[in-house]
Amino acid sequence: MPKIKLIVNGREREFEADERETLLDVLRNRLGMTGSRFGCGAEQCGSCSVLIDGEDKPSCAIEVGTLKGKSILTVEGLGTPEKPHPLQSAFLEKQAGQCGYCLSGILVCAKALLDRNPSPSRTEIAEALSWHLCRCGAHNRILDAVALAASRMQVPA
Amino acid sequence: MIPQSLQANPVLERWISFPSPGKVRVAFGKVEYGQGVMTALAQIVADELDVAMERLDVVNAASGDVPDEGLTVGSMSIEMSGAAVRAAAAEVRALFLAEAAARFGCSADVLNILDGEFVRSGVSTGLGYWTLASAIDLKRAPEGKARWKTPDRHRIVGKSQPRSDLPVKIFGGGFIQDIPLKDVTHARVLRQPGYKAQIATLDEAAIRKAARGDIDIVREGAFIAFLSKSERAVSLAVAAAEQHVTWNEARVGVPALSEPVALKTLPATPWEGGAPPPEPSNRRKHKASYGRPYIAHGSMGPSHGIARFEGETLKVWTHAQGVYPIRGMLARITGLPPEKIQVEHTQGPGCYGHNGADDATCDAAAIAMRRPGQTIRVQWRREDEFGYEPLGTAMHIELSGEIDSSGRLVDFSSEIWSGPHVSRGTALVEAALAPGTPPPPPMIIPFFSGGRLNATPSYDIAATRIKENVVTPPMRTSSLRGLGGPVNTYACECFIDEMAGIAGTDPLAYRLAMTSDPRAVAVLEHIGVLSGWSTRSAGGSGEGLGLAYCRHRDRGAYIAVAVSLVVEKEIRLQRMWCVTDCGLVINPDGAKNQIEGGMIMAASWTLKEQVRLGGSGIASTAWDDYPILRFNEVPPIDVELIDQRNSAPLGAGEISLGPTMAAIANAVAHALGVRIRDLPYTRERIARQLLSN
Ligand code: FES
Ligand code: FES
Repeated sequence: MPKIKLIVNGREREFEADERETLLDVLRNRLGMTGSRFGCGAEQCGSCSVLIDGEDKPSCAIEVGTLKGKSILTVEGLGTPEKPHPLQSAFLEKQAGQCGYCLSGILVCAKALLDRNPSPSRTEIAEALSWHLCRCGAHNRILDAVALAASRMQVPA
Repeated sequence: MIPQSLQANPVLERWISFPSPGKVRVAFGKVEYGQGVMTALAQIVADELDVAMERLDVVNAASGDVPDEGLTVGSMSIEMSGAAVRAAAAEVRALFLAEAAARFGCSADVLNILDGEFVRSGVSTGLGYWTLASAIDLKRAPEGKARWKTPDRHRIVGKSQPRSDLPVKIFGGGFIQDIPLKDVTHARVLRQPGYKAQIATLDEAAIRKAARGDIDIVREGAFIAFLSKSERAVSLAVAAAEQHVTWNEARVGVPALSEPVALKTLPATPWEGGAPPPEPSNRRKHKASYGRPYIAHGSMGPSHGIARFEGETLKVWTHAQGVYPIRGMLARITGLPPEKIQVEHTQGPGCYGHNGADDATCDAAAIAMRRPGQTIRVQWRREDEFGYEPLGTAMHIELSGEIDSSGRLVDFSSEIWSGPHVSRGTALVEAALAPGTPPPPPMIIPFFSGGRLNATPSYDIAATRIKENVVTPPMRTSSLRGLGGPVNTYACECFIDEMAGIAGTDPLAYRLAMTSDPRAVAVLEHIGVLSGWSTRSAGGSGEGLGLAYCRHRDRGAYIAVAVSLVVEKEIRLQRMWCVTDCGLVINPDGAKNQIEGGMIMAASWTLKEQVRLGGSGIASTAWDDYPILRFNEVPPIDVELIDQRNSAPLGAGEISLGPTMAAIANAVAHALGVRIRDLPYTRERIARQLLSN
């Protein structure tokens, strides 16, 4: 099997994989990063989404061979319980989630949004997240949490 | 009186113990799936024992480790399990205080507890739960004598508490799919298209070639599974298998049976109850019929099961709704005695009822029994979940009513056609291993049917009667959030609005005039205030404001919902409000989260959702074929809880669905000036309705 190099959460990772393996399978099975989740395998739900060079993309159908040298950000790269990203803190504060299965993809999507638009309106947040599905109906709390994180990130620390 | 769940598990230590200094071990028979039950139950225990929440170690639900409380369903966890843990904790507290009092030669009444330490006249006594733990044997049955705290003494109950299950999920873990397993064998199952189907041909060579890696094939009867150390190989194998298998007697999905009214054409078992038929009269009468199609649970993650058989023991990880019921099924399927089966619950994505979780667990176990020593991980595909999970049944409801000269509804009849709302206890793998075995017939329980929940409107109506026809549907159906309750409430509350129209009365005033229960009046009046009901327009302008009310299952929470929306080519929700009285609320923020989530799910059912039958069963097998409400379609929502801390707690998990469906419907009728009665209210249906007028 060929060696493939990716930058995952800022770290260079080299591993053996079939070039046609999906990025999601590689993340979960080869790199042991479970944050990106399998929801449909058809780019229709957002559970698996990660940032590829800063853009929110489903990882469930993209072949890892097409990503050489690209930079991937997963929810694990956002923050840790000790050092949470402001989005993660805001999600906890707003209790934005029920089952939580959709949240990894939504968190990285929100990160991409705030990177390009630091103070989005409710409508802009909703539009950015609109391809992400949440079956539990945590939408409003999620929108509030993203807005809260945005407002905090505006204030220089 | 000793609560039922505690009677069934009558050893205090099974619920509460003090195994290490400063810690309280608590065990519940209910399981967490994002509804926050663990947090709420822990609040009850912490409050009753007077210890800080942080001291509680809640045991993960595993067979043997936790009390048997059956399934976690029907918004009953707080009512049932909450009562049990409160009683158990009160007893434990009383035992410890009595021991301390005996040592001091004082009355237990003069002792207080501060975070587990016992205090007398504000001074620490040096005794506490942990110092006394060795002196008190909790391996004893509850006596049912201890009194629990009155609500005025609650310190943790009634205050919002962050959910204990959420943090791990925000940092990328926490689900059954995430359990790190060494040397796991990935598995995919090629589902049998209907219980009669038999394999005609299966081109194993072609499938192995397509898998591009080593695979092992389990084939027995009509059960086919692909195994490999490579997840990619099994994904490719199962996809290829669809092309390289032929079946005899595969089921056929008949598109016309997707419509609720088609239930009337299928064999049914009737049940009747209520008042005798109405005497002929010249009262004004009204009849209308309503339908909701089949609905998918639509968990965000397709079902998952893990199993390993080694020596004589089967170890299973499951996201089923309880560990003991599934253990019974596994015993039957594997032939093992239950004590040789260890079942550990691990959280899965929200299930909202009976989805594929039990089936995936049984798949994994059946495979593990045939491949001892391997850890088998079965992942359902999205198309498996949509195509093979038990559906929430379609329902068709015909209502008729009579109003007296004052306009009041005095006689009400409902005839319901519904598939079963509960059909647990068997798994797909059983039928596949023994093809041709028909599933058990629908269970008819005379005193309880999911299809009859909330079948009559929640008002004072002189005569009501129900006829329910339990239909054998073309697809397997089982419990979906609220069972038939939300659908009945939808129909009844649309009907009430229609009756108000016939009587020429405002819908809110009409409802208020028909209820004498002050708690009902309170939620109705308050929803009027929140939604600005008094300034509601005459209607027909394309903008609508509607409301609905019900008392959950006729004896639970009181809940009213109002919705404002605009109807253009499609329906745009502008705002939704909810007022509820669900008695004593353990975790207000948790309850609000559930109520709001239910409103959004109900809006999605109402506006968008319908499972389509076709092909070899279900034709809508991807999210693109089964749209649900999206972020840019969800309106702002206000949820208010009426403070009723002196009343018993009433479940909140599924109470908001029916009123939300009806409030949307009533708002649409207000906006359009015409009534649509069959769900979902898609763009096509609205257009058709407007054209036909
Ligand atoms: S799993 Fe990738 S979009 Fe659904
Ligand atoms: S929180 Fe369960 S799917 Fe979003």
